[in-house]
Amino acid sequence: MSSLAASDQRTIATPAKVIQPAWVRVVHWINAVAMILMIMSGWQIYNASPLFDFKFSSSITLGGWLGGALLWHFAAMWLLMVNGLVYLALGLATGRFRKKLLPITSAGVISDTKAALTGKLSHADLSTYNYVQRLLYAGIIVVGILIVLSGLGIWKPVQLQYLTALFGGYEAARYVHFFCMAAIVAFLVVHVALALLVPKSLRAMIIGR
Amino acid sequence: MGRIRSLLIPGVDKRLLVRDATKVMPDLARRRFIAGGASLGALTLLTGCDVSDSFSAEEMLKQISKFNDGVQAAIFNPNALAPTFPESAITNPFPFNGYYALDDAPEIDGKDWKFEVRGLVDNKKSWTLEELYKLPQVKQVTRHICVEGWSAIGSWTGTPLRDFLKLVGADTRAKYCWFQCADYDGYNSPLDMASALHPQTQMTFKFADEILPRAYGYPMKIRVPTKLGFKNPKYVISMEVTNDYKGGYWEDQGYNSFSGS
Repeated sequence: MSSLAASDQRTIATPAKVIQPAWVRVVHWINAVAMILMIMSGWQIYNASPLFDFKFSSSITLGGWLGGALLWHFAAMWLLMVNGLVYLALGLATGRFRKKLLPITSAGVISDTKAALTGKLSHADLSTYNYVQRLLYAGIIVVGILIVLSGLGIWKPVQLQYLTALFGGYEAARYVHFFCMAAIVAFLVVHVALALLVPKSLRAMIIGR
Repeated sequence: MGRIRSLLIPGVDKRLLVRDATKVMPDLARRRFIAGGASLGALTLLTGCDVSDSFSAEEMLKQISKFNDGVQAAIFNPNALAPTFPESAITNPFPFNGYYALDDAPEIDGKDWKFEVRGLVDNKKSWTLEELYKLPQVKQVTRHICVEGWSAIGSWTGTPLRDFLKLVGADTRAKYCWFQCADYDGYNSPLDMASALHPQTQMTFKFADEILPRAYGYPMKIRVPTKLGFKNPKYVISMEVTNDYKGGYWEDQGYNSFSGS
């Protein structure tokens, strides 16, 4: 298989480097759908018993009422968890995490942040992540793990009571779950804005190169 | 069916029965929640098509919810106890919660009230409150978690349900204990047998060492600390041990039936 694929690539006149392998693209878009379903149904669930002095507009929530939102949330969670586990397993097994996200140095992050803010950050080579990207992508993986674990702790505070206790108990786990959502939404805003500013990065996540 | 049966049960407040009869069915529009929610939601925007048109999102979600019932039954550990708390942790005031205002909560005369036991049990006798009060009681301070997300810690005292099931010779291989209540819409809820036999599942007669007040389900509530609040029926008037899934007030409207915590 691999030798065939390699010979196919050689026949292309200007062989373009694969920036995003197929498995990354597949799990990325499945994750995008799962995340949006989880966030929008989660907002509807939040509205039933808000932690703060605001509610989410029903125009941006999913499910229509609490019962419907819970059905969506506990359906999409399987998509999110299974897809997330595939992503983590392949990311570790293929060495992608190590190659793409490490090392992360504070000096690198500081200089790349300065460069980004002054418009001097290069996007010539999409196959290498700059230090700000490394930090954000590694960070959002950690947040993704935390939001699933805190969610499990809220869902099963008796059966998984040690997990719930790890987050400081049932009530604290609700706040952790909320702030992880807020971090993911903040990440999404930046992530989508930058993908639109550098369209070839969006193209790479769709067709791979 | 359930409506007619509840009319035949003695000891129910006549005023509530009249209201029961005149009350309309639960909001039908609510049962169409998911389709409406989906078409309003971003899925429409994302895919450019109405999800509920292309396939039945509602049917798919119901199937996944049934699958989730199975997953929860499988991970349910009959020996895992819900965390207990010191009395100082009790939420005060403990919230009243219902789909009606406290003024509309059932007003039951304990002298007239009877607990009817039906189905797969050896002894189908009805129990008076006086008889039930004589059974050994235990107290537990646990967290009540509402399906809405909020939680509160309370102190409940009563007879472990599994002791009562043994006493009446219930067939504990049956799938459910199905409870009916005096609430005006005929509240009812099925409890899977594994949860019914859990050591902390309780026929509750007291809250914070006082006779259960009207707000919390006088004269009897079924306290299940391994379940969400709506699976903890109040104002209970009968129990049927059965292999049939008979649905429940909220379960029929879309809340996950197992709803274990």
